[in-house]
Amino acid sequence: MERSVRVAVFVLALVPLARIVAQVLGGGLGGNPIEEMLHRTGWWTLAFIMLTLAVTPVRRLTGIGWLVKLRRMLGLYAFFYATVHFAVYVGIDQFFAWEYILEDIGERPYITVGFTALLILVPLAATSTKRMIKRLGGRRWNRLHRLVYVAAALGVLHFLWLVKADIREPVIFGAVLATLLGYRLVAGRLKKLGSLAWFGNSRPSLRGAEEQGR
Amino acid sequence: MLIRRPPDIRESEVTDEGLYIDRRQFIRRAAAAGAGLGLAATAAPLAALGGDAGAMQDDELTPYDVVTGYNNFYEFGIGKEDPAKNAHTLKVRPWTITVEGECNKPGIYDIEDLLMRYPAEERIYRLRCVEAWSMVIPWLGFPLADFINDLEPTSHAQFVEFRTLHDPEQMPGQRRRVLDWPYVEGLRMDEAMHPLTVLSVGLYGKTLPNQNGAPIRLVVPWKYGFKSIKSIVSLRFTREMPPTSWAQQAPNEYGFYANVNPEVDHPRWSQSRERRLGEFRRRETLMFNGYAEQVAHLYEGLDLGRNY
Repeated sequence: MERSVRVAVFVLALVPLARIVAQVLGGGLGGNPIEEMLHRTGWWTLAFIMLTLAVTPVRRLTGIGWLVKLRRMLGLYAFFYATVHFAVYVGIDQFFAWEYILEDIGERPYITVGFTALLILVPLAATSTKRMIKRLGGRRWNRLHRLVYVAAALGVLHFLWLVKADIREPVIFGAVLATLLGYRLVAGRLKKLGSLAWFGNSRPSLRGAEEQGR
Repeated sequence: MLIRRPPDIRESEVTDEGLYIDRRQFIRRAAAAGAGLGLAATAAPLAALGGDAGAMQDDELTPYDVVTGYNNFYEFGIGKEDPAKNAHTLKVRPWTITVEGECNKPGIYDIEDLLMRYPAEERIYRLRCVEAWSMVIPWLGFPLADFINDLEPTSHAQFVEFRTLHDPEQMPGQRRRVLDWPYVEGLRMDEAMHPLTVLSVGLYGKTLPNQNGAPIRLVVPWKYGFKSIKSIVSLRFTREMPPTSWAQQAPNEYGFYANVNPEVDHPRWSQSRERRLGEFRRRETLMFNGYAEQVAHLYEGLDLGRNY
């Protein structure tokens, strides 16, 4: 069960990219395919960040402990889509016009925050291995990886500042993120109060690292 | 729809000027004309208007599918492909334009009468969207000035205000208040009277598709696309500058003038370059979208950084 779910998630997570590639080749991305590639890879980056952040609450609420094993994979997929997103921007949208790229990153707030979010994800991806968890120690690793909350918030801001008038989608992402972070806040408080019982039986909240590292 | 052949200039002259020499373009235009109303389309009107030949050299027509499949028309949805999907609910007949305000001939004008009275001619214009993409579109239309002259604006008329149809039944996008419906746009009188400014009723030799603003829309090629209001139902001559939709929505981002200007960036993105749809590399955006020669004099003494 565990294994087949993991394989299924691994394969499913590649479907959005496969669809984009297929449509680029088949001409199904509309009149402005480069912009469409950017929007879709960006959208999936946010989606995978949200999925990653949903693992812990879902695991607690359902009591299915092995779900944590999906977390690293989903997190790495978020980083993967963010990297593809950035690569499309640099290599296709701007065609390596570094002068403009640097101006964008420095002067366009939505690009500044998006780029910052990507930079934040780099050390998190780099320390995702079992070995790095051991080297850093669970506590430090956990503290470092809480940066994903910042990256997620910047990612939503990146989307919000990009759109012209229709803020619906970035607002939905923002609400999802607020819910996922709000859960942690409430769960943390309740744990302190020692009344975790109704909140889904589980282990203490910040032991994810060791669990993931197995 | 009557279509007037562009006057004055013979096809040979156009060729001699070295414009539109691209064969693919020629074939595409011939095909468009054939598929349409049998119009022998030529590039003459633009040449007649003294289009910047240097800048026009590599302006290839944007394919019909892109022109009619990639649209900003929030009345039919936010996505670029939504208008093509949803605009079939728009009923373009009967259709009238209500004329009001500072003029001697206010009234309700039927689209059929306008089409009879003002023969359509072809105008090939660049369209530059504020979102930094662009197209080249062979419009069919007539100068707004011809219509305005017949309406006899009074000396008090300083501006013209246009409105799009407001009917959420026909325009489902209006059920969400993304903008303050109906869409409102406006021009200064001298801009409205400029020979480049047209009311368009078609493109590629065919009747205007709904998603492109049927049955009648404005085209002001030296301004960002959002100025070129679609599906117009009212025209009003005013003394005051009209409160235009995007300028109301985000006054620090969109102004009344909205002249294409590579020097004045949108607060959130650069306007110095654009992606011509269908091209890979971005190209430099031209002052007044390449129509500076014809329109720059309208803005002498105006601070374009302030009056964006």
